[in-house]
Amino acid sequence: MEHSDQPYKYAQHHSEAEGKKTRRMIWNMFWVLLAITSVEVGLGLVWKGWGIDFHYVKMTFIVLTLVKAYFIVAYYMHLKHEKPFLENIIIVPYMLLALYLIYMVITEGTFTHYIEKLF
Amino acid sequence: MSHTEAVDSKEAWGGGTSPFGVGYGKLMMWFFLMSDALSFTGFLAAYGFFRHNYSAIWPTAENVFTHFPGIESINELFGIHIDHHQPLLYVAMMTFILIMSSVTMVLAVEAGQRMDKKAVIKWMFWTIIGGLIFVGSQAWEWMHFIHGTELGAFELGIGVVDVNGVIEQTQGIIGRWADDTKQVLMLPWKDAAGEYITLSGQALAEAMANGQAIHGANLTHNEYGHPLFADFFFFITGFHGTHVFSGVVLNFIIFVNVIMGTYEKRGHYEMVEKVGLYWHFVDLVWVFVFTFFYLI
Repeated sequence: MEHSDQPYKYAQHHSEAEGKKTRRMIWNMFWVLLAITSVEVGLGLVWKGWGIDFHYVKMTFIVLTLVKAYFIVAYYMHLKHEKPFLENIIIVPYMLLALYLIYMVITEGTFTHYIEKLF
Repeated sequence: MSHTEAVDSKEAWGGGTSPFGVGYGKLMMWFFLMSDALSFTGFLAAYGFFRHNYSAIWPTAENVFTHFPGIESINELFGIHIDHHQPLLYVAMMTFILIMSSVTMVLAVEAGQRMDKKAVIKWMFWTIIGGLIFVGSQAWEWMHFIHGTELGAFELGIGVVDVNGVIEQTQGIIGRWADDTKQVLMLPWKDAAGEYITLSGQALAEAMANGQAIHGANLTHNEYGHPLFADFFFFITGFHGTHVFSGVVLNFIIFVNVIMGTYEKRGHYEMVEKVGLYWHFVDLVWVFVFTFFYLI
């Protein structure tokens, strides 16, 4: 590793030409993220005036947020280009626990709602 | 061990190549971020539960965070009327600043992979500036939330009110004044016609005898509505703000090391990648906080 005599082999290097390509990707992704955020803010400001049902607005927000999160993790955090083993060991445990939490919130929320209406 | 087995040196893993293809530090950073993401997921899930549970009387963020710096004292600019009530605008600006600092961070990582020390210094500098502006903006928003409005609100004491035939307890419920004269108090419930139920005259005088006036928010009282809203706001944005602050500190340490040429000597800028991962994670969490706290 870093303290051994051998050169450190996990550091990523790239050439000037590859750097140019990477920078183009970074800036493209910036415009995508900015566009999604602008849509979210715009929708947040106008949905009441346009009379859209909040349920659809909420779902749109959640989908846009997940898209944004995917772009940040996959491209800025470079997870898409890591080895599949690393990708899975991060994504799979997180998804399992996150989905479990969401399931708990929905079932418990419904139950609490039901109990409150009962009394 | 009581016995030892002969190990075929050709089949045994010598500990040479990592199956993950990344260095130890980066791998540990990923594990840390995954566990930290779960903490934030837990907070937001708890927020969602209570938001749904008290959906009738929950204050929406667009009615709470309506300030924008620099326009409080301006009524007209170039002949255009300036509205002081600006929902979402300030938090949208904060989101933009954090996305921008994420871009400068990934540009610093890219420069490091080309061993371009000058560019790494430049982009890390802008990342730190962006992080400081974001933390400052959060402090400004906290200040406004804690101080509240001059008009304030009224927290009701023990009592009951008839909401469309259902008897609701009023203790701890926040009523908003309909206007500056404080003659009509709007309760958070709506009647069958979709209008807020109000208290005025004798009913208001009775309610005011056992309640209290509230300005701003803290952990137990919240001018804008349910106190749990304030608790979650302080806790979630506070926890995120702590992450941003420690991210700025880490970035600054690495920034000094880059200037001193530590990574030039080491032959790689992987340390910049590691703090970069952390910084992107801070941005990632904000993406979710922005949606679930401010938009929904």
